[in-house]
Amino acid sequence: MISVHQPILQIVLPLMAAPICVILRNAFAGWLLALLVTGGAFVASLILLVHVVNEGPVSYAIGGWPPPWGIEYRVDGLSAFVLVTVAAIGFLSMIFARRSVEAEVAADRGYLFYTMYLLCFTGLMGIPVTGDAFNLFVFLEISSLSSYVLISLGTDRRALTAAFRYLIMGTLGATFYVLGIGLLYMVTGTLNIADLAARVPEMTHIRTVQMALAFLTVGLGLKLALFPLHLWLPNAYAFAPTVVTVFLAATATKVAVYALIRIAYTMFGGPTMFAVMPIDEVLVGFGLLSMIVGALAAVWQTNVKRLLAFSSISQIGYMVLGLGLADVTGLAGAVVHIFNHAMIKAILFMAVGCIIFRIGSADLRDIRGFAKPMPITAACVVVGGLSLVGAPLTLGFITKWLLLQGALDRNWWWVAVVIVAASLLALVYVWRLIAAAYLHPPSERVAAVREAPAPMLLALVALTVATVVIAIDGSLIGDFAVVTAKQLLGSGE
Amino acid sequence: MDFPGLFNYWIVIALMMIGFYIVISQGNLVKKIFGLNIFQVSVFVFYISMGKVEGGTAPILAPGFATYTNPIPSVLILTAIVVGVATMAVGLALVVRIRDAFGSIEDDEIAKLEGDVT
Repeated sequence: MISVHQPILQIVLPLMAAPICVILRNAFAGWLLALLVTGGAFVASLILLVHVVNEGPVSYAIGGWPPPWGIEYRVDGLSAFVLVTVAAIGFLSMIFARRSVEAEVAADRGYLFYTMYLLCFTGLMGIPVTGDAFNLFVFLEISSLSSYVLISLGTDRRALTAAFRYLIMGTLGATFYVLGIGLLYMVTGTLNIADLAARVPEMTHIRTVQMALAFLTVGLGLKLALFPLHLWLPNAYAFAPTVVTVFLAATATKVAVYALIRIAYTMFGGPTMFAVMPIDEVLVGFGLLSMIVGALAAVWQTNVKRLLAFSSISQIGYMVLGLGLADVTGLAGAVVHIFNHAMIKAILFMAVGCIIFRIGSADLRDIRGFAKPMPITAACVVVGGLSLVGAPLTLGFITKWLLLQGALDRNWWWVAVVIVAASLLALVYVWRLIAAAYLHPPSERVAAVREAPAPMLLALVALTVATVVIAIDGSLIGDFAVVTAKQLLGSGE
Repeated sequence: MDFPGLFNYWIVIALMMIGFYIVISQGNLVKKIFGLNIFQVSVFVFYISMGKVEGGTAPILAPGFATYTNPIPSVLILTAIVVGVATMAVGLALVVRIRDAFGSIEDDEIAKLEGDVT
């Protein structure tokens, strides 16, 4: 049994904690508060997930105004799943954060860092639970504005320009989104997603509705860094403080993928819409391009953070591809990959955070042989890397298996070929990372360092163990994803 | 159709393209931010235009008036204006910091100082 107010709890807690963090004016107190709040939100979202899986969707009317007049918060299986993913990464990043933030953010700005982190967390937790299309925009902008600030806190001055470029592209994306919602409102007169879902699929022949989907897709494409709209991402991830990179790389783009699934499938009825306007084929095309271009660029990087950032673009491609395949297996692949990639990227960026903390560089040439002084970090890199490539017995394998099946179900064998090719490219860049760890003797500078501090290792190892455990019985998450995909496709019929 | 017709929507498209063009073509970071703002304002005009009901008054209950303009788009745009102001504030603050760090607010000069950026 859960409280009536449960769906809004994990939004209100961090939102209220953020201004308290400013009043505290102390980095340690701010960190403690952020840790408690994200931990609380994680527990609350877990309870919510269990409740939703057992008893079906939960609806919450804000201020007592019944939907569709008031803003509704609606939690179903998919949103609870994304919610738990964001909360888990948000909490573990906070366990990881303290020493890393002390090392990478100026001391007098420490408390402001945690304030912004809490706001960003609020925004990303809000997007999955909201059942209102305009409210989704507000949360999107809460998370985006705070992430511009978080990125600009990086020590390198290029963090500033990276944040500025992200601001320009992110705002263009958000404005496209608002325009799309406006066009839908003109035709339907409602903003409630459930209400829209009941009306829009019957209106697919209207030009205004088609334009709305086009604007929404491009707007979210900018937010989720789909090739060729990805230009803001590599520098933003490379120059941001590592904790920010861990959190944003693992959650921000994934939440945007969630929003795109919500819009394309729940609101527009998926296949019904695609029959009139083949957005699915467009998404498959750009998804494949993202996979290849991102992986090719990653192969040539020498900075590990940039390498992983380009790898993110490639992995986003897999999710968008699954979305575009528009059948149960493909969509299930996308859902599994949201979780899977969040875990992998959090592991790998946390490992890079440990390396930067001890060695002071993220350049592949400077960190050669780090497996010797930092064996646990290196082992986690191996597990994360294998999952990224999609080796059997990892979560990555489940994703790729589902996507391959989805592609073959639609008789698109060439899609399957590209999936395999992109995985081979992933093997190349992951191998460069592993080779740097194990195959070179450590330089004097590297040999002198110690293993990362205990809290950082704790977060890193907890995530790694969690991915391994979940992957061992992959049917659990696989079945859940298939059920979710069936629900999403069912709503369009 | 009489004069106003779709006039507002032509204004929206013109403003949007002007704003978008400034964002793309200008190298000056402050001008980019203002272009972005014009781009956002075009969407505000779009929302407010679609809420207008011909012959409708302000949505206040009063005897003798039966037709009201739809207030919801205007209220939504209040929210979007706040987001726009916040975006502009963060953007201009970043430009100040960029000037401190690079000594320039011209895109091409900064790119030269940055070196390896793609």
